[in-house]
Amino acid sequence: MTEISGNISIPTGYSRFGLMQYLVCLKGILIREGLRYLHQRERFISSLVRPLLWLFIFAAGFRQVLGVSIIPPYQTYVLYEVYITPGLCGMILLFSGMQSSLSMVYDREMGNMRTLLVSPFPRWFLLISKLLAGVAVSIVQVYAFLFIAWFWGVKAPPAGYLLTLPALFLAGMMLGALGMLLSSMIKQLENFAGIMNFVIFPMYFASSALYPLWRVQEASPLLYKICLLNPFTYAVELVRFAFYGKIEWMSFIVVCGFTLVFITGAIIAYDPSRGLVIKKQEGGNN
Amino acid sequence: MGPNAGLKTVHDRSLPDANVPALELTSVSYSYGRRQALDNISFSIAPGRFAVLLGLNGAGKTTLFSLISHLFATRNGHIHVFGNDIDRKSGEALRRLGIVFQARTLDLDLSVHQNLSYHASLHGIGSREANTRIHDLMQSIDMSDRLHEKARSLSGGQIRRVEIVRALLHQPSLLLLDEATVGLDIKSRATILGDIRKLVEQKGISVLWATHLIDEVNHADQVIVINQGKLVANGTTHDVVKDAGADTINEAFSRLTGIISLNVGGHL
Repeated sequence: MTEISGNISIPTGYSRFGLMQYLVCLKGILIREGLRYLHQRERFISSLVRPLLWLFIFAAGFRQVLGVSIIPPYQTYVLYEVYITPGLCGMILLFSGMQSSLSMVYDREMGNMRTLLVSPFPRWFLLISKLLAGVAVSIVQVYAFLFIAWFWGVKAPPAGYLLTLPALFLAGMMLGALGMLLSSMIKQLENFAGIMNFVIFPMYFASSALYPLWRVQEASPLLYKICLLNPFTYAVELVRFAFYGKIEWMSFIVVCGFTLVFITGAIIAYDPSRGLVIKKQEGGNN
Repeated sequence: MGPNAGLKTVHDRSLPDANVPALELTSVSYSYGRRQALDNISFSIAPGRFAVLLGLNGAGKTTLFSLISHLFATRNGHIHVFGNDIDRKSGEALRRLGIVFQARTLDLDLSVHQNLSYHASLHGIGSREANTRIHDLMQSIDMSDRLHEKARSLSGGQIRRVEIVRALLHQPSLLLLDEATVGLDIKSRATILGDIRKLVEQKGISVLWATHLIDEVNHADQVIVINQGKLVANGTTHDVVKDAGADTINEAFSRLTGIISLNVGGHL
Protein backbone atom coordinates (compact mmCIF):
# COMPACT_ATOMS: atom_id res chain seq x y z
CA MET A 1 0.00 0.00 0.00
CA THR A 2 1.47 3.33 -0.96
CA GLU A 3 0.36 6.79 -0.01
CA ILE A 4 -3.11 5.96 1.19
CA SER A 5 -4.67 9.38 0.96
CA GLY A 6 -3.58 9.81 -2.64
CA ASN A 7 -4.90 12.86 -4.42
CA ILE A 8 -7.82 13.42 -2.13
CA SER A 9 -8.46 17.09 -1.56
CA ILE A 10 -8.66 18.35 1.97
CA PRO A 11 -11.97 19.92 3.01
CA THR A 12 -11.90 23.53 3.98
CA GLY A 13 -14.72 23.30 6.48
CA TYR A 14 -17.83 21.43 7.53
CA SER A 15 -21.16 22.96 6.65
CA ARG A 16 -24.51 21.57 7.71
CA PHE A 17 -26.18 18.92 5.58
CA GLY A 18 -28.67 20.26 3.07
CA LEU A 19 -31.69 18.58 1.50
CA MET A 20 -29.54 17.13 -1.29
CA GLN A 21 -27.27 15.36 1.19
CA TYR A 22 -30.29 13.89 2.95
CA LEU A 23 -31.59 12.61 -0.39
CA VAL A 24 -28.18 11.15 -1.23
CA CYS A 25 -28.18 9.31 2.09
CA LEU A 26 -31.72 8.01 1.57
CA LYS A 27 -30.86 6.88 -1.96
CA GLY A 28 -27.76 5.08 -0.69
CA ILE A 29 -29.76 3.17 1.93
CA LEU A 30 -32.45 2.29 -0.63
CA ILE A 31 -29.87 1.00 -3.11
CA ARG A 32 -28.10 -1.02 -0.46
CA GLU A 33 -31.31 -2.72 0.70
CA GLY A 34 -32.26 -3.38 -2.91
CA LEU A 35 -28.87 -4.91 -3.68
CA ARG A 36 -28.99 -7.09 -0.58
CA TYR A 37 -32.41 -8.28 -1.65
CA LEU A 38 -31.23 -9.06 -5.17
CA HIS A 39 -28.29 -11.02 -3.78
CA GLN A 40 -30.62 -13.10 -1.65
CA ARG A 41 -32.69 -14.82 -4.34
CA GLU A 42 -33.85 -17.44 -1.88
CA ARG A 43 -35.45 -14.67 0.16
CA PHE A 44 -37.35 -13.43 -2.87
CA ILE A 45 -38.53 -16.89 -3.85
CA SER A 46 -39.59 -17.86 -0.32
CA SER A 47 -41.43 -14.57 0.08
CA LEU A 48 -43.50 -15.52 -2.97
CA VAL A 49 -43.89 -19.21 -2.31
CA ARG A 50 -45.46 -18.69 1.12
CA PRO A 51 -48.52 -16.68 0.04
CA LEU A 52 -48.86 -18.63 -3.19
CA LEU A 53 -49.11 -21.88 -1.25
CA TRP A 54 -51.89 -20.32 0.79
CA LEU A 55 -53.63 -19.16 -2.36
CA PHE A 56 -53.21 -22.31 -4.46
CA ILE A 57 -53.72 -24.93 -1.79
CA PHE A 58 -55.30 -23.53 1.36
CA ALA A 59 -57.76 -21.21 -0.35
CA ALA A 60 -58.69 -23.82 -2.98
CA GLY A 61 -59.35 -26.36 -0.28
CA PHE A 62 -61.37 -24.05 1.91
CA ARG A 63 -63.38 -22.53 -0.90
CA GLN A 64 -66.23 -24.94 -0.36
CA VAL A 65 -66.04 -24.84 3.44
CA LEU A 66 -65.87 -21.14 4.03
CA GLY A 67 -68.58 -19.17 2.28
CA VAL A 68 -68.15 -15.42 2.27
CA SER A 69 -71.34 -13.43 2.30
CA ILE A 70 -71.68 -9.94 0.89
CA ILE A 71 -69.71 -7.71 3.21
CA PRO A 72 -68.08 -4.37 2.47
CA PRO A 73 -66.18 -3.60 0.33
CA TYR A 74 -67.57 -6.46 -1.80
CA GLN A 75 -70.85 -5.82 -3.63
CA THR A 76 -71.46 -9.42 -4.55
CA TYR A 77 -70.46 -12.87 -3.40
CA VAL A 78 -66.75 -13.41 -3.87
CA LEU A 79 -64.62 -16.50 -4.08
CA TYR A 80 -62.60 -17.32 -1.01
CA GLU A 81 -59.42 -16.75 -3.04
CA VAL A 82 -60.52 -13.19 -3.68
CA TYR A 83 -61.30 -12.66 0.00
CA ILE A 84 -57.98 -14.04 1.19
CA THR A 85 -55.79 -12.10 -1.28
CA PRO A 86 -55.58 -8.83 0.74
CA GLY A 87 -54.75 -10.94 3.78
CA LEU A 88 -51.96 -12.63 1.85
CA CYS A 89 -50.66 -9.20 0.80
CA GLY A 90 -50.65 -8.35 4.50
CA MET A 91 -48.86 -11.63 5.17
CA ILE A 92 -46.07 -10.63 2.77
CA LEU A 93 -45.74 -7.25 4.47
CA LEU A 94 -45.78 -8.87 7.91
CA PHE A 95 -43.10 -11.44 7.07
CA SER A 96 -41.06 -8.83 5.25
CA GLY A 97 -41.22 -6.48 8.24
CA MET A 98 -40.04 -9.29 10.49
CA GLN A 99 -37.38 -10.25 7.93
CA SER A 100 -36.07 -6.70 8.16
CA SER A 101 -36.00 -7.09 11.91
CA LEU A 102 -34.01 -10.31 11.50
CA SER A 103 -31.68 -8.54 9.08
CA MET A 104 -31.09 -5.73 11.60
CA VAL A 105 -30.25 -8.20 14.36
CA TYR A 106 -27.91 -10.00 11.94
CA ASP A 107 -26.29 -6.70 10.94
CA ARG A 108 -25.87 -5.80 14.57
CA GLU A 109 -24.22 -9.12 15.35
CA MET A 110 -21.97 -8.90 12.27
CA GLY A 111 -21.09 -5.26 12.95
CA ASN A 112 -22.62 -3.85 9.73
CA MET A 113 -25.16 -1.92 11.75
CA ARG A 114 -22.37 0.19 13.23
CA THR A 115 -21.51 1.69 9.87
CA LEU A 116 -25.07 2.99 9.69
CA LEU A 117 -25.23 4.21 13.28
CA VAL A 118 -21.98 6.20 13.10
CA SER A 119 -23.25 8.21 10.15
CA PRO A 120 -23.43 11.92 11.02
CA PHE A 121 -27.06 12.11 9.88
CA PRO A 122 -29.68 12.14 12.68
CA ARG A 123 -30.46 8.66 13.85
CA TRP A 124 -34.21 9.10 13.35
CA PHE A 125 -33.53 9.89 9.70
CA LEU A 126 -31.29 6.83 9.27
CA LEU A 127 -33.87 4.52 10.83
CA ILE A 128 -36.76 5.92 8.81
CA SER A 129 -34.66 5.63 5.64
CA LYS A 130 -33.94 2.00 6.46
CA LEU A 131 -37.62 1.49 7.13
CA LEU A 132 -38.57 3.05 3.78
CA ALA A 133 -36.06 0.83 2.02
CA GLY A 134 -37.55 -2.27 3.65
CA VAL A 135 -41.09 -1.20 2.72
CA ALA A 136 -40.07 -0.57 -0.89
CA VAL A 137 -38.67 -4.09 -1.11
CA SER A 138 -41.80 -5.64 0.44
CA ILE A 139 -44.12 -3.74 -1.93
CA VAL A 140 -42.21 -5.20 -4.88
CA GLN A 141 -42.86 -8.65 -3.39
CA VAL A 142 -46.59 -7.89 -3.03
CA TYR A 143 -46.91 -6.84 -6.66
CA ALA A 144 -45.00 -9.93 -7.81
CA PHE A 145 -47.52 -12.00 -5.84
CA LEU A 146 -50.50 -10.10 -7.28
CA PHE A 147 -49.10 -10.59 -10.77
CA ILE A 148 -49.01 -14.38 -10.33
CA ALA A 149 -52.43 -14.36 -8.60
CA TRP A 150 -53.86 -12.54 -11.62
CA PHE A 151 -52.99 -15.53 -13.79
CA TRP A 152 -54.67 -17.76 -11.20
CA GLY A 153 -57.85 -15.82 -11.83
CA VAL A 154 -57.75 -13.66 -8.74
CA LYS A 155 -58.32 -10.23 -10.17
CA ALA A 156 -59.09 -6.90 -8.55
CA PRO A 157 -60.52 -3.94 -10.49
CA PRO A 158 -57.64 -2.64 -12.67
CA ALA A 159 -57.53 0.72 -10.86
CA GLY A 160 -57.36 -1.17 -7.57
CA TYR A 161 -53.80 -2.24 -8.26
CA LEU A 162 -52.75 1.39 -8.26
CA LEU A 163 -55.12 2.58 -5.55
CA THR A 164 -53.89 -0.03 -3.11
CA LEU A 165 -50.31 1.23 -3.31
CA PRO A 166 -50.71 3.91 -0.58
CA ALA A 167 -52.45 1.35 1.63
CA LEU A 168 -49.64 -1.15 1.09
CA PHE A 169 -47.14 1.57 1.91
CA LEU A 170 -48.89 2.52 5.16
CA ALA A 171 -49.39 -1.08 6.24
CA GLY A 172 -45.76 -1.84 5.32
CA MET A 173 -44.55 1.11 7.38
CA MET A 174 -46.51 -0.06 10.41
CA LEU A 175 -45.28 -3.65 10.20
CA GLY A 176 -41.72 -2.62 9.30
CA ALA A 177 -41.61 -0.24 12.26
CA LEU A 178 -42.86 -3.04 14.49
CA GLY A 179 -40.05 -5.24 13.17
CA MET A 180 -37.53 -2.48 13.84
CA LEU A 181 -38.79 -2.06 17.38
CA LEU A 182 -38.63 -5.82 17.95
CA SER A 183 -35.09 -5.96 16.56
CA SER A 184 -34.00 -3.64 19.36
CA MET A 185 -35.35 -6.10 21.91
CA ILE A 186 -33.77 -9.24 20.48
CA LYS A 187 -30.36 -9.94 21.94
CA GLN A 188 -29.27 -12.75 19.66
CA LEU A 189 -30.21 -14.09 16.26
CA GLU A 190 -31.24 -17.40 17.78
CA ASN A 191 -34.04 -15.67 19.69
CA PHE A 192 -35.75 -14.82 16.42
CA ALA A 193 -37.74 -18.06 16.49
CA GLY A 194 -39.65 -16.50 19.37
CA ILE A 195 -40.79 -13.72 17.05
CA MET A 196 -42.30 -16.32 14.74
CA ASN A 197 -44.22 -17.98 17.54
CA PHE A 198 -45.21 -14.97 19.59
CA VAL A 199 -45.66 -12.23 16.99
CA ILE A 200 -46.09 -13.38 13.39
CA PHE A 201 -48.44 -16.34 13.87
CA PRO A 202 -50.74 -14.76 16.51
CA MET A 203 -50.93 -11.53 14.51
CA TYR A 204 -51.74 -13.36 11.31
CA PHE A 205 -54.27 -15.87 12.61
CA ALA A 206 -56.04 -13.52 15.04
CA SER A 207 -57.03 -11.11 12.29
CA SER A 208 -59.43 -10.75 9.39
CA ALA A 209 -56.80 -12.05 6.95
CA LEU A 210 -58.25 -15.56 6.64
CA TYR A 211 -61.90 -15.17 7.64
CA PRO A 212 -64.36 -12.30 7.97
CA LEU A 213 -64.72 -10.96 11.49
CA TRP A 214 -68.45 -11.70 11.61
CA ARG A 215 -67.63 -15.39 11.27
CA VAL A 216 -65.03 -15.12 14.01
CA GLN A 217 -67.61 -13.41 16.22
CA GLU A 218 -70.03 -16.26 15.69
CA ALA A 219 -67.40 -18.82 16.58
CA SER A 220 -65.73 -17.07 19.51
CA PRO A 221 -66.62 -13.64 20.92
CA LEU A 222 -63.30 -13.57 22.79
CA LEU A 223 -61.27 -14.20 19.64
CA TYR A 224 -63.35 -11.55 17.91
CA LYS A 225 -62.30 -9.00 20.56
CA ILE A 226 -58.67 -10.07 20.20
CA CYS A 227 -58.94 -9.59 16.42
CA LEU A 228 -60.29 -6.09 17.00
CA LEU A 229 -57.28 -5.28 19.18
CA ASN A 230 -54.84 -6.60 16.59
CA PRO A 231 -53.35 -3.81 14.41
CA PHE A 232 -52.75 -6.33 11.63
CA THR A 233 -56.55 -6.66 11.20
CA TYR A 234 -56.68 -2.97 10.31
CA ALA A 235 -53.72 -3.23 7.95
CA VAL A 236 -55.51 -6.01 6.05
CA GLU A 237 -58.80 -4.12 5.93
CA LEU A 238 -57.07 -0.96 4.74
CA VAL A 239 -55.57 -2.93 1.84
CA ARG A 240 -58.85 -4.80 1.14
CA PHE A 241 -60.89 -1.61 0.82
CA ALA A 242 -58.16 0.13 -1.20
CA PHE A 243 -58.41 -2.58 -3.87
CA TYR A 244 -61.95 -1.29 -4.51
CA GLY A 245 -61.02 2.38 -4.37
CA LYS A 246 -62.39 2.88 -0.86
CA ILE A 247 -60.87 4.09 2.37
CA GLU A 248 -61.79 2.33 5.57
CA TRP A 249 -61.27 5.28 7.87
CA MET A 250 -61.03 3.38 11.13
CA SER A 251 -58.32 1.16 9.62
CA PHE A 252 -56.55 4.22 8.24
CA ILE A 253 -56.49 5.93 11.64
CA VAL A 254 -55.42 2.80 13.52
CA VAL A 255 -52.64 1.98 11.04
CA CYS A 256 -51.34 5.57 11.08
CA GLY A 257 -51.49 5.63 14.88
CA PHE A 258 -49.63 2.35 15.34
CA THR A 259 -47.06 3.36 12.71
CA LEU A 260 -46.31 6.47 14.73
CA VAL A 261 -46.10 4.53 17.99
CA PHE A 262 -43.81 1.83 16.58
CA ILE A 263 -41.52 4.30 14.80
CA THR A 264 -41.22 6.42 17.94
CA GLY A 265 -40.50 3.30 19.97
CA ALA A 266 -37.82 2.16 17.51
CA ILE A 267 -36.15 5.59 17.45
CA ILE A 268 -36.07 5.67 21.24
CA ALA A 269 -34.80 2.09 21.37
CA TYR A 270 -31.92 2.92 19.00
CA ASP A 271 -31.06 6.17 20.78
CA PRO A 272 -27.71 5.56 22.50
CA SER A 273 -28.68 7.61 25.56
CA ARG A 274 -32.03 5.93 26.16
CA GLY A 275 -32.20 2.89 23.97
CA LEU A 276 -32.37 -0.81 24.54
CA VAL A 277 -29.97 -1.79 21.77
CA ILE A 278 -26.75 -0.89 23.52
CA LYS A 279 -27.90 -2.42 26.78
CA LYS A 280 -28.36 -5.69 24.91
CA GLN A 281 -24.70 -5.62 23.91
CA GLU A 282 -23.37 -5.32 27.41
CA GLY A 283 -21.75 -8.70 27.68
CA GLY A 284 -19.68 -8.59 24.54
CA ASN A 285 -17.63 -5.47 24.94
CA ASN A 286 -14.46 -4.67 26.76
CA MET B 1 7.48 16.57 6.55
CA GLY B 2 6.96 15.82 10.23
CA PRO B 3 3.95 15.73 12.50
CA ASN B 4 4.13 19.46 13.19
CA ALA B 5 3.62 20.25 9.52
CA GLY B 6 0.56 18.04 9.62
CA LEU B 7 -0.70 19.95 12.63
CA LYS B 8 -0.57 23.13 10.61
CA THR B 9 -2.51 21.51 7.77
CA VAL B 10 -5.31 20.53 10.10
CA HIS B 11 -5.38 23.99 11.60
CA ASP B 12 -5.56 25.60 8.19
CA ARG B 13 -8.38 23.47 6.92
CA SER B 14 -10.97 23.20 9.61
CA LEU B 15 -10.12 24.61 12.96
CA PRO B 16 -10.88 28.11 14.10
CA ASP B 17 -8.49 27.62 17.00
CA ALA B 18 -5.29 25.55 16.83
CA ASN B 19 -5.53 24.89 20.54
CA VAL B 20 -8.70 22.84 20.17
CA PRO B 21 -7.72 19.20 20.70
CA ALA B 22 -8.64 16.64 18.08
CA LEU B 23 -10.06 14.51 20.87
CA GLU B 24 -10.67 15.38 24.48
CA LEU B 25 -12.05 13.08 27.15
CA THR B 26 -12.94 14.53 30.54
CA SER B 27 -13.72 12.26 33.50
CA VAL B 28 -15.37 9.60 31.37
CA SER B 29 -16.76 6.60 33.22
CA TYR B 30 -18.93 3.76 31.97
CA SER B 31 -20.33 0.66 33.54
CA TYR B 32 -22.21 -2.40 32.34
CA GLY B 33 -24.64 -2.88 35.16
CA ARG B 34 -22.46 -3.26 38.23
CA ARG B 35 -19.28 -3.91 36.28
CA GLN B 36 -17.20 -0.77 35.88
CA ALA B 37 -15.68 -0.81 32.37
CA LEU B 38 -14.16 2.68 32.42
CA ASP B 39 -13.31 4.70 35.49
CA ASN B 40 -12.73 8.44 35.30
CA ILE B 41 -10.73 8.53 32.05
CA SER B 42 -9.32 11.89 30.97
CA PHE B 43 -6.87 12.60 28.16
CA SER B 44 -6.59 14.66 25.02
CA ILE B 45 -4.95 14.26 21.63
CA ALA B 46 -3.56 17.26 19.79
CA PRO B 47 -4.34 17.71 16.09
CA GLY B 48 -1.92 15.84 13.84
CA ARG B 49 -0.76 13.42 16.55
CA PHE B 50 -0.51 9.66 16.36
CA ALA B 51 -1.74 8.34 19.70
CA VAL B 52 -1.56 4.70 20.70
CA LEU B 53 -4.17 3.42 23.12
CA LEU B 54 -2.55 0.46 24.83
CA GLY B 55 -4.39 -2.03 26.95
CA LEU B 56 -4.76 -5.74 27.46
CA ASN B 57 -7.86 -7.54 26.22
CA GLY B 58 -10.77 -6.44 28.38
CA ALA B 59 -9.05 -3.22 29.47
CA GLY B 60 -11.89 -1.08 28.14
CA LYS B 61 -10.56 -0.04 24.71
CA THR B 62 -13.62 -1.09 22.73
CA THR B 63 -15.97 0.53 25.25
CA LEU B 64 -13.96 3.72 24.91
CA PHE B 65 -14.24 3.53 21.12
CA SER B 66 -17.98 2.93 21.35
CA LEU B 67 -18.32 6.06 23.47
CA ILE B 68 -16.18 8.19 21.18
CA SER B 69 -18.11 7.02 18.11
CA HIS B 70 -21.45 7.66 19.86
CA LEU B 71 -22.58 4.04 19.70
CA PHE B 72 -22.86 4.36 23.47
CA ALA B 73 -24.03 7.50 25.22
CA THR B 74 -21.61 9.17 27.60
CA ARG B 75 -23.40 8.90 30.92
CA ASN B 76 -20.55 10.29 33.00
CA GLY B 77 -18.01 12.79 31.71
CA HIS B 78 -17.61 14.54 28.38
CA ILE B 79 -16.10 13.70 25.01
CA HIS B 80 -15.26 16.40 22.48
CA VAL B 81 -14.11 15.86 18.90
CA PHE B 82 -12.51 19.06 17.64
CA GLY B 83 -14.54 20.94 20.23
CA ASN B 84 -17.85 19.25 19.39
CA ASP B 85 -19.53 17.41 22.25
CA ILE B 86 -20.25 13.89 20.99
CA ASP B 87 -23.64 13.78 22.71
CA ARG B 88 -24.85 17.32 22.05
CA LYS B 89 -23.37 17.85 18.59
CA SER B 90 -22.98 14.26 17.49
CA GLY B 91 -23.47 15.02 13.79
CA GLU B 92 -20.68 17.60 13.74
CA ALA B 93 -18.40 15.32 15.73
CA LEU B 94 -19.10 12.21 13.64
CA ARG B 95 -18.39 14.05 10.39
CA ARG B 96 -14.85 14.60 11.62
CA LEU B 97 -14.39 10.96 12.63
CA GLY B 98 -13.24 8.08 10.49
CA ILE B 99 -13.68 4.75 12.24
CA VAL B 100 -12.26 1.29 11.67
CA PHE B 101 -13.97 -1.13 14.01
CA GLN B 102 -12.36 -4.16 15.55
CA ALA B 103 -14.92 -6.46 13.91
CA ARG B 104 -15.01 -6.64 10.12
CA THR B 105 -17.91 -4.45 8.99
CA LEU B 106 -17.88 -4.75 5.21
CA ASP B 107 -20.99 -6.34 3.74
CA LEU B 108 -19.49 -9.48 2.28
CA ASP B 109 -22.32 -10.00 -0.23
CA LEU B 110 -21.73 -6.61 -1.85
CA SER B 111 -18.81 -5.57 -4.02
CA VAL B 112 -16.04 -3.34 -2.72
CA HIS B 113 -17.40 -0.45 -4.78
CA GLN B 114 -20.94 -0.97 -3.47
CA ASN B 115 -19.66 -1.02 0.10
CA LEU B 116 -17.70 2.19 -0.40
CA SER B 117 -20.54 3.93 -2.26
CA TYR B 118 -22.90 3.05 0.58
CA HIS B 119 -20.54 4.61 3.11
CA ALA B 120 -20.17 7.72 0.95
CA SER B 121 -23.94 8.13 0.82
CA LEU B 122 -24.12 7.80 4.61
CA HIS B 123 -21.98 10.94 4.65
CA GLY B 124 -24.05 12.75 2.05
CA ILE B 125 -21.42 12.47 -0.69
CA GLY B 126 -22.98 12.39 -4.16
CA SER B 127 -22.19 9.54 -6.54
CA ARG B 128 -19.93 11.52 -8.89
CA GLU B 129 -17.75 12.85 -6.08
CA ALA B 130 -17.86 9.47 -4.34
CA ASN B 131 -16.67 7.66 -7.46
CA THR B 132 -13.73 10.02 -7.84
CA ARG B 133 -12.71 9.55 -4.23
CA ILE B 134 -13.18 5.78 -4.36
CA HIS B 135 -11.11 5.54 -7.53
CA ASP B 136 -8.28 7.67 -6.11
CA LEU B 137 -8.16 5.93 -2.77
CA MET B 138 -8.35 2.43 -4.21
CA GLN B 139 -5.63 3.32 -6.68
CA SER B 140 -3.46 4.58 -3.85
CA ILE B 141 -3.59 1.16 -2.20
CA ASP B 142 -3.08 -0.66 -5.51
CA MET B 143 -6.47 -2.32 -5.32
CA SER B 144 -8.34 -0.64 -8.18
CA ASP B 145 -8.61 -3.99 -9.92
CA ARG B 146 -10.57 -5.45 -7.00
CA LEU B 147 -13.17 -2.68 -6.97
CA HIS B 148 -15.97 -4.71 -8.48
CA GLU B 149 -15.24 -7.97 -6.72
CA LYS B 150 -17.35 -9.11 -3.83
CA ALA B 151 -15.87 -8.25 -0.45
CA ARG B 152 -16.13 -11.94 0.38
CA SER B 153 -13.36 -12.71 -2.12
CA LEU B 154 -10.79 -10.47 -0.36
CA SER B 155 -8.20 -11.63 2.15
CA GLY B 156 -8.30 -10.43 5.77
CA GLY B 157 -5.57 -7.85 5.12
CA GLN B 158 -7.30 -6.56 1.99
CA ILE B 159 -10.61 -6.23 3.83
CA ARG B 160 -8.84 -4.18 6.48
CA ARG B 161 -7.28 -1.90 3.87
CA VAL B 162 -10.65 -1.38 2.21
CA GLU B 163 -12.12 -0.56 5.62
CA ILE B 164 -9.40 2.04 6.11
CA VAL B 165 -10.19 3.49 2.68
CA ARG B 166 -13.83 3.57 3.70
CA ALA B 167 -12.97 5.41 6.91
CA LEU B 168 -11.06 8.01 4.86
CA LEU B 169 -13.69 8.47 2.18
CA HIS B 170 -15.43 11.39 3.88
CA GLN B 171 -12.05 13.03 4.64
CA PRO B 172 -12.12 12.90 8.42
CA SER B 173 -9.76 14.85 10.66
CA LEU B 174 -9.52 12.16 13.31
CA LEU B 175 -9.14 8.47 12.55
CA LEU B 176 -10.03 5.84 15.15
CA LEU B 177 -8.70 2.35 14.62
CA ASP B 178 -9.67 -0.38 17.06
CA GLU B 179 -7.21 -3.30 16.93
CA ALA B 180 -6.93 -2.78 13.19
CA THR B 181 -4.10 -5.27 12.73
CA VAL B 182 -5.43 -8.11 14.82
CA GLY B 183 -5.40 -11.40 12.96
CA LEU B 184 -3.18 -10.13 10.15
CA ASP B 185 0.25 -11.40 9.13
CA ILE B 186 3.38 -9.40 9.90
CA LYS B 187 3.64 -7.92 6.41
CA SER B 188 0.04 -6.72 6.35
CA ARG B 189 0.40 -5.28 9.85
CA ALA B 190 3.53 -3.35 8.90
CA THR B 191 1.96 -2.06 5.67
CA ILE B 192 -1.20 -0.82 7.35
CA LEU B 193 0.61 0.76 10.28
CA GLY B 194 3.12 2.42 7.94
CA ASP B 195 0.40 3.90 5.79
CA ILE B 196 -1.51 5.27 8.73
CA ARG B 197 1.67 6.91 10.01
CA LYS B 198 2.27 8.38 6.57
CA LEU B 199 -1.23 9.78 6.66
CA VAL B 200 -0.46 11.61 9.89
CA GLU B 201 2.72 13.07 8.43
CA GLN B 202 1.40 14.04 5.02
CA LYS B 203 -2.18 15.04 5.73
CA GLY B 204 -2.05 16.00 9.36
CA ILE B 205 -4.84 13.64 10.32
CA SER B 206 -4.97 12.75 14.00
CA VAL B 207 -5.05 9.06 14.83
CA LEU B 208 -6.11 7.08 17.87
CA TRP B 209 -4.74 3.58 17.37
CA ALA B 210 -5.96 1.02 19.88
CA THR B 211 -3.85 -2.09 20.25
CA HIS B 212 -2.41 -4.55 22.71
CA LEU B 213 0.66 -5.12 20.54
CA ILE B 214 3.60 -3.20 21.98
CA ASP B 215 5.70 -3.43 18.82
CA GLU B 216 3.29 -1.04 17.11
CA VAL B 217 4.42 1.83 19.37
CA ASN B 218 6.88 4.36 17.95
CA HIS B 219 9.15 6.58 20.07
CA ALA B 220 7.43 9.76 18.82
CA ASP B 221 3.92 8.57 19.64
CA GLN B 222 1.63 9.70 22.39
CA VAL B 223 1.02 6.61 24.49
CA ILE B 224 -2.14 6.16 26.54
CA VAL B 225 -2.29 3.05 28.71
CA ILE B 226 -5.49 1.82 30.29
CA ASN B 227 -5.75 -1.14 32.59
CA GLN B 228 -8.96 -2.56 34.01
CA GLY B 229 -10.82 0.56 32.94
CA LYS B 230 -8.40 3.00 34.55
CA LEU B 231 -5.95 5.36 32.88
CA VAL B 232 -2.51 4.35 34.15
CA ALA B 233 -0.25 6.36 31.84
CA ASN B 234 -0.46 9.14 29.29
CA GLY B 235 2.46 10.89 27.61
CA THR B 236 5.18 10.46 25.04
CA THR B 237 6.75 7.03 24.81
CA HIS B 238 9.83 8.40 26.55
CA ASP B 239 7.81 9.86 29.43
CA VAL B 240 5.75 6.71 29.93
CA VAL B 241 8.90 4.55 30.04
CA LYS B 242 10.60 6.97 32.42
CA ASP B 243 7.62 7.34 34.76
CA ALA B 244 7.21 3.58 34.98
CA GLY B 245 10.87 3.25 35.96
CA ALA B 246 11.47 0.97 33.03
CA ASP B 247 14.01 0.72 30.24
CA THR B 248 11.67 -0.07 27.36
CA ILE B 249 8.02 0.53 26.50
CA ASN B 250 7.53 -3.22 26.65
CA GLU B 251 8.76 -3.32 30.22
CA ALA B 252 6.78 -0.20 31.13
CA PHE B 253 3.57 -1.73 29.74
CA SER B 254 4.20 -4.93 31.67
CA ARG B 255 4.66 -3.01 34.89
CA LEU B 256 1.67 -0.74 34.34
CA THR B 257 -0.65 -3.63 33.57
CA GLY B 258 0.69 -5.91 36.29
CA ILE B 259 2.09 -8.55 33.97
CA ILE B 260 5.47 -8.56 35.73
CA SER B 261 4.02 -8.91 39.20
CA LEU B 262 1.97 -11.84 37.99
CA ASN B 263 5.10 -13.49 36.63
CA VAL B 264 6.95 -12.88 39.89
CA GLY B 265 4.02 -14.28 41.77
CA GLY B 266 4.20 -17.32 39.55
CA HIS B 267 7.85 -17.82 40.35
CA LEU B 268 7.26 -17.45 44.02
